Amino acid sequence: MADKKIGDVILDVRNISLRFGGVKALTDISFDVREHEIRAIIGPNGAGKSSMLNCINGVYTPQEGTITFRGQTFDHMNSRQVAEMGVARTFQNLALFKGMNVIDNIMSGRNLKMKTNLFQQAIRWGAAQREEEEHRAFVEKIIDFLEIQAFRKTPVGRLPYGLQKRVDLGRALAMEPQVLLLDEPMAGMNVEEKQDMCRFVLDVNDEFGTTIVLIEHDMGVVMDISDRVVVLDYGKKIGDGAPEQVRANPEVVAAYLGTSH
Amino acid sequence: MQQTFPRLLLEHARQRPDAPALREKVYGIWQSLSWSDLALLVRRLACGLAHAGLRRGDHVVVVGENRPRLYASMLAVQSLGGIPVPLYQDAVAAEYRFPITNAEVGFAIVEDQEQVDKMLEVRTECPALGRIWFDDPRGLRNYAEPGLDSLDALIAAGKAHDESNSRLFDGEVESCRPQDVASMFFTSGTTGNPKGVVHTHATLLDRASAGARFDNLGPQEEVLAYLPPAWIGQNIFSYAQWLACGYVVNCPESSSTVTIDLKEIGPTYYFAPPRVFEGLLTSVTIRMEDAGAIKRGLFEHFMALARRVGPALMDGKPVGLLDRLHYGLGNLCIFGPLRNTLGLNRVRVAYTAGEAIGPDLFTFYRSIGINLKQLYGSTETAVFVCLQPDHEVKADTVGVPIEGVEIKVADNGEILVRSPGLLKEYYKNPTATAEVLTTDGWYHTGDAGFLDAGGHLKIIDRAKDVGRIVGGPNDGAMFAPKYVENKLKFFPFVKEAVAFGDRREKVCAFVNIDVEAVGNWAERRNLPYAGYTDLAGKKEVLDLVRECVEKVNADLATDRMLAGSQISRFLVLHKELDADDGEMTRTRKVKRGFINDKYQVLVDAMYGGRTEQFIETAVKFEDGRTGSVSATLKIVDAKTLPAVSGKAA
Repeated sequence: MADKKIGDVILDVRNISLRFGGVKALTDISFDVREHEIRAIIGPNGAGKSSMLNCINGVYTPQEGTITFRGQTFDHMNSRQVAEMGVARTFQNLALFKGMNVIDNIMSGRNLKMKTNLFQQAIRWGAAQREEEEHRAFVEKIIDFLEIQAFRKTPVGRLPYGLQKRVDLGRALAMEPQVLLLDEPMAGMNVEEKQDMCRFVLDVNDEFGTTIVLIEHDMGVVMDISDRVVVLDYGKKIGDGAPEQVRANPEVVAAYLGTSH
Repeated sequence: MQQTFPRLLLEHARQRPDAPALREKVYGIWQSLSWSDLALLVRRLACGLAHAGLRRGDHVVVVGENRPRLYASMLAVQSLGGIPVPLYQDAVAAEYRFPITNAEVGFAIVEDQEQVDKMLEVRTECPALGRIWFDDPRGLRNYAEPGLDSLDALIAAGKAHDESNSRLFDGEVESCRPQDVASMFFTSGTTGNPKGVVHTHATLLDRASAGARFDNLGPQEEVLAYLPPAWIGQNIFSYAQWLACGYVVNCPESSSTVTIDLKEIGPTYYFAPPRVFEGLLTSVTIRMEDAGAIKRGLFEHFMALARRVGPALMDGKPVGLLDRLHYGLGNLCIFGPLRNTLGLNRVRVAYTAGEAIGPDLFTFYRSIGINLKQLYGSTETAVFVCLQPDHEVKADTVGVPIEGVEIKVADNGEILVRSPGLLKEYYKNPTATAEVLTTDGWYHTGDAGFLDAGGHLKIIDRAKDVGRIVGGPNDGAMFAPKYVENKLKFFPFVKEAVAFGDRREKVCAFVNIDVEAVGNWAERRNLPYAGYTDLAGKKEVLDLVRECVEKVNADLATDRMLAGSQISRFLVLHKELDADDGEMTRTRKVKRGFINDKYQVLVDAMYGGRTEQFIETAVKFEDGRTGSVSATLKIVDAKTLPAVSGKAA
């Protein structure tokens, strides 16, 4: 692959600590994300990966530390504000609307972009109709991009898991995000589905220049597609750097494979 | 009327500039390309190709799904007197090497990144392949290979070149003669290297028009182009006849949306190999089995009626008034909606060809009011040799010779054909040409068969595959493997079969189960399974297949000529036969000799009287990786019956 243009730091996480009562989920975590890169967060079960994403996303409020996004520093994030700033995410356990079809699910990702109000949309006349058509056209581009044309009208609950994951990604893309947070996009998939998903993640990064922060268990996937990797273990950062650096880090090896004491 | 493809295009563009020529679904909406738009696109592409250095007689490889711009590219190549060579889009890169080297191809026009990657891989061994253009730029932005460019760039270059050489295009089209070579199709061939079948404008257009006249096809037809463009059937139905009749060809969004697109378009002229019809019927059957009792009852009631009176109605035979009314009611509540769900509601003429179609399958479609017919032809004959006329349709024949065709049966039972649509030659292969094409113009089809009393052609098997049983109780009986295999394949549970028996004392067979149908059957019986190999090894499944085999045997026993071909032993293979492993052709015909050699140990075990055999096989995945499957296969004995009428011939 040709050189990507990796830019300046877009998201900077400084000294984040998160506690649930006496449980320390995250302790003094710092790392940064550069524009247009694919940044992976890895670690064993319970290492605090999803908690970290939830802090960035504004779902959890960390007790200590700051998050700087595009030069603005926050000590906690607000979910809606984060979304408006152009950060979208997908979920580990799929938070799709099971009874709605693929188009409607992806369309729900356009919600923040809609200017007309509920009443105009209910009547669906004039500006509301024009707006809906524009959004629908955008949704079609995503459907084409993710190659799910065959399932437009299928209720999401009836789709196989791998395709639901794709719809979840589609809904996040509908926000036209600058930063995309992916929580275990390949979890529970078979080899072929994983390959497809990798392809889509790389394509999103390449075609739209979207910065991607992803949590992943599958080391093969992480090492292949990410530019830099953060490793967490028991809520602490134990490694940070390019995939090959991280792979050679003895602490990381110990966390993944265990050591004899 | 002597015509060429580009001239036909320009004629349509002149006579009906705004009528739609092609339709493609873009971002969920069908967009049409009119004949005048198409003519302009072709003009620009042709000028672009001329600018890039395409000369008269050059071959250009075209690889991809059915895409309007790939169709336009083929026309552009033909406008310059070049020869488009469509290749199968699902082939692995190594399979392109032979055609590209053989035809000294310098230019390739392909659909997308997947095809570009394959072409670049081939190029390391075929350096002559200098220029590659792609239709869909997705994922290709960072490719910096020399000679690789988008079709948009080619069109832009063509526009500029056209402005400075405005006479070029018309002059080139004018100098195309009908006797010039128009296209080359590589036949998959069940043995050896593929052969390039050379067709001229005249041969293809003669057959296309003869077929169109036979069924009164006109510009009002709608066709869905969804089969591989490299196959001559697809080329005739949505390219040659498209230009000959001027109807509309619709390109589906992707291969996975074909059923949806079929329903939206509602084609009036439809063509599919039997396996497509079989797949449609299987999905209907499975869904009906899952339906509620009332719906299922209604369906069964009306389907029984349809089987009884449907074919007669379709053939225009007299049917009682009560039955007519009853059928009308069925049409209202079952057949009509079913045809609509299948996307075949508007079909006026539907054809199936390529291999034998099961009588039950065939009758099913005819009984619900779809005018499904059979035809006979091959790549070498530009498809149309025999067609079934309306009202004269039978499940076991392939129709009557149509205008321009002469048929003769050789002494050894082989069918010989003479028609204006025969191939010019096999490319750079005079030996092979001489083998099939006699000096007085007869083409040896390689099929064994005969003309029945009504003048309909009946095909038994490939002439070279018809053998004799040697030794044992049926010594000297005729053995027609394909005939036996087809009978097996007519069962929905059997996907593929390979029968052995020539110069042996009994017939044995390999079977591939249909994983969808058998899987559903197993689920209904609470039979857990992990995958194909596991399912194929289940005792219950083997019993199920044995029942099918024994029904085939009972059927064969009534056939005087083929009673000796009954299957005495069989096994269910541990993997599905696959074109990627070289076991089948791209058109899904089994390569008998190859399979015999590859699974020699299994064949020996069947004839050696063993009851099971261990086997390990390497498999090739679509992305080129390899793996292996192993299993211990049980060999099952099946009951054979004495011939019912008379002695085995």
